[in-house]
Amino acid sequence: MTAPILELDGISKRFVKSLDLAEKLVALVNPKLREQVVRAVDGVSLHVREREVLGLVGESGCGKSTLGRIIAGILPKSAGTVRYRGNDVDHLDASQARDVALKVQMIFQDPYASLNPRMRVQDIVGEAPLYHGIVTTDGIDDYVAEMLLRVGLDPSYRRRYPHQFSGGQRQRLGIARALAVRPDFLVCDEAVAALDVSIQAQVLNLFMKLREELGLTYLFISHDLGVVQHLSDRVAIMYLGRIVETGPTSELFEKPNHPYTQALLAGVPRLDQRHRRFEPVKGEIPSPLDPPHGCHFHPRCPHAIARCRAEQPRLVDIAPGRLAACHLNDGS
Amino acid sequence: MTSNFPTLVVEDLRTYFYTKAGVVKAVDGISFTVDRGEILGLVGESGSGKTVTGFSIMGLVDPPGRVAGGRILFKGDDIAGLPDDAMRTLRGNRIAMIFQDPMMTLNPVLRIDTQMIEAIKAHNAVSNDEARRRARDILGRVGIPSPDERLKAYPHQFSGGMRQRVSIAIALLNDPDLIVADEPTTALDVTIQGQILYEVQKLCRESRTAMIWITHDLSVIAGLADRISVMYAGRIVESGQVDEVLDRPLHPYTRGLIGSVPSENRRGVPLAQIPGMTPSLLNLPPGCAFRARCPRADNACLTPPEMTLAAPGREVRCFHPHLA
Repeated sequence: MTAPILELDGISKRFVKSLDLAEKLVALVNPKLREQVVRAVDGVSLHVREREVLGLVGESGCGKSTLGRIIAGILPKSAGTVRYRGNDVDHLDASQARDVALKVQMIFQDPYASLNPRMRVQDIVGEAPLYHGIVTTDGIDDYVAEMLLRVGLDPSYRRRYPHQFSGGQRQRLGIARALAVRPDFLVCDEAVAALDVSIQAQVLNLFMKLREELGLTYLFISHDLGVVQHLSDRVAIMYLGRIVETGPTSELFEKPNHPYTQALLAGVPRLDQRHRRFEPVKGEIPSPLDPPHGCHFHPRCPHAIARCRAEQPRLVDIAPGRLAACHLNDGS
Repeated sequence: MTSNFPTLVVEDLRTYFYTKAGVVKAVDGISFTVDRGEILGLVGESGSGKTVTGFSIMGLVDPPGRVAGGRILFKGDDIAGLPDDAMRTLRGNRIAMIFQDPMMTLNPVLRIDTQMIEAIKAHNAVSNDEARRRARDILGRVGIPSPDERLKAYPHQFSGGMRQRVSIAIALLNDPDLIVADEPTTALDVTIQGQILYEVQKLCRESRTAMIWITHDLSVIAGLADRISVMYAGRIVESGQVDEVLDRPLHPYTRGLIGSVPSENRRGVPLAQIPGMTPSLLNLPPGCAFRARCPRADNACLTPPEMTLAAPGREVRCFHPHLA
């Protein structure tokens, strides 16, 4: 078994909405008025092995994008440790920290918003490797051409601007930009969600080809279970800031353990299910500002018992390589 | 007497946009029928003309676009090019639309009850109390808890899924004969989407409403619709019963689309992608619009193919369909 390339230990991210002056005055007489804290990510521990694709699934507001951004080093964390190849990223000297930052790259959801509209392709792809000394000014043209070819774009497009490309081509540009600094680890945040089905298939195939060619490791964040099932080796399911279940893709999809995972999988529309009767999960996704006590899922869970309302379930081993956070796994 | 006519018959509908750059044939001669209690899935990718089709039926196409030809027969009467005030008595009454973004339906500065009562009273001579009772009943029917209190809320006080329920409730207010639903669950989470699909399916079955469900998501259609029409570049390229089309696709585009959807029995295998991208509607190549991306294209495809009957209830627009 290969060593983890990335380990997360108790990662948390709190967003605090502090009180303004008027609210502070009101708070003097009304102690109920307090700062609002959103625990976007709440004590997440995960690992990703070398050359593995880990799918991170959850619905809107569950903190999956926040977690992705923490891993990519874009967002500071509130607590916990991130270890890259065994090294705590908080205790690196400047040059090591820069290396880690380059090795972990991010691909964003919106190919329209993540490219500077006033830069040419040549500069979008070539700026970072040139700055970091990966190529010299002499070699940059060939280097950019190589990157564009790798993602399936014609190198003659290098003088163009982003608006001259279609959505799928822009996403390829975003991938070329990420690859240009020779990363080992890609965080893909809903990277195919904005694309049409036929284009989505092209980009998914590209991700798989690049993994073969370059030995990349992926954290693939998505709400689309079909896509995640197709691409991932392992899957982690997130609900309101916490991981509720992880496991190898085929086992998890075959026998989901956590009631939320079960509900999520049952809700996915599938091509081979016709004229089905949709059986909905009850209730709304609660506000992360005021999550339910105990297990976050208990108000919507059909199997909830008294303990679920009081005590937060811990993520424990339920089978080799599989973890789940549910009280129902105890005792019985 | 009108019951002999299908709820909606669209014949050779053409909706063109007359822009400075040229005429964009967003919908270019499409025909289909929807009858009571039936759900027709209209599937296509961006730019295929599926939304413009919905807007044409609703009479909502704005200049520079207009319905340039064809007939839209609603219970036997042609409503294409109907004057605005005549169309207004139908829209929101006999024909209703659900949009992808519920805020297209809802006014952000009015309470839900104001908006719902207004929609009822616009088409019916009823008292305020009667209208309010009806609004409350329908909110309950689409699965909104404590409808009495929720009637007094503003749209921003609802979550995305709840807002979509409210806009579905508004579409149902006057018990329409036809609902055009344009990607109503695309922006919603999986568990919420399941809830909405459940409500819609139940309503269609109970009140025998005809429905056109416009989407790019074949998997949703597979579970929901009775029949499918697949659109590409402004034309329907294939139509038939759901099981027929998804299990035995005839058109190479439909086949490519199905191959592009990740499914559990193809895990880790490269998806059967369609090369290239949708052509610009401004300069479509002559002949079959799918020709440049099609593995089966040859010289015959330089002339535009006609819609032909491949089997009873099964039509395809292709010279080289995948026949068994």
